[in-house]
Amino acid sequence: MSHDHDHDHDHDHDHARTLQPDHPEPTTEAARVGLALREILLEAGHYSAQEEAEVISFMQGASPDNGAQLTARAWTDPAFKQRLLSDAGQAIGEFGFDLSPAEFTVIENTEHQHNVIVCTLCSCYPRALLGMSPSWYKSRSYRSRLVREPRAVLEEFGVTLEPSVSVRVHDSTAELRYMVLPQRPANTDGWSEDQLRALVTRDSLIGTQRDLSTP
Amino acid sequence: MPVSPAKFTPGQAVKIADRQLNVHHRVPAYAKGQRGVIERVCGRHGQPEKFIRGDGGEPLTLYRVTLAQSELWPDYGGQADDTLDIEIFEHWLEDLS
Repeated sequence: MSHDHDHDHDHDHDHARTLQPDHPEPTTEAARVGLALREILLEAGHYSAQEEAEVISFMQGASPDNGAQLTARAWTDPAFKQRLLSDAGQAIGEFGFDLSPAEFTVIENTEHQHNVIVCTLCSCYPRALLGMSPSWYKSRSYRSRLVREPRAVLEEFGVTLEPSVSVRVHDSTAELRYMVLPQRPANTDGWSEDQLRALVTRDSLIGTQRDLSTP
Repeated sequence: MPVSPAKFTPGQAVKIADRQLNVHHRVPAYAKGQRGVIERVCGRHGQPEKFIRGDGGEPLTLYRVTLAQSELWPDYGGQADDTLDIEIFEHWLEDLS
């Protein structure tokens, strides 16, 4: 929103500078509406450009390595794993990851159970532990099909489940965010937490991957 | 403000209300009218139906409810013990036990 008038502002910021866009050129009508709304909210003082930059930085700061650290600790420390599964918020807090405003639940894959997460209503995602979500997670196809035919969707991700393994889909419909705790690969006895952490992938924490491979 | 205790406990059979609303709410169509079992109590949170008007009102208890996939989808092609867990607020649940 440009200001080509020339009055004196009695506050000390410069709209032309603080409202510089930090995003790609909009290519759809919806994107243009979103950007216009952003400008109005900034102009009206609902939040500042500085606050916006901090939130974006926070959102981009998390990565699947956060979840990988939790996973490696859970594999090597049974007491931590117990805390992670029973009160994820508190256990994750030990790592200092900022989970606000969501609450977290960690669900464990076992020999006989596979977990996978989705948000059918929008695109809720455990961002504090996994970073930004992949496009497919937000796609209409994944969101509508995972709840209805999870085994077929998992097949498309390369996950073939034996009939003896039940599937548990978790639809993130309200306040909670989920992370799957994958199974520790065989032949990793004696590995350090850092070595184990490097094996954990984003998709294994979502549940669209089941087996983790060792080099 | 006195806090009302959770009405349901884990393991309890419940039915999700089959309610059509023209305001924002967090119960997907496929879950409406379905029977399930309380998996865990997830604390108290503001109501989505009221947040849309600017505040969440009095917090209500949220639950995770486990539904059987074979009951959700008549043509479900997976295994009999496949399940789906979903978060539902107390005012959407009725007791079936």
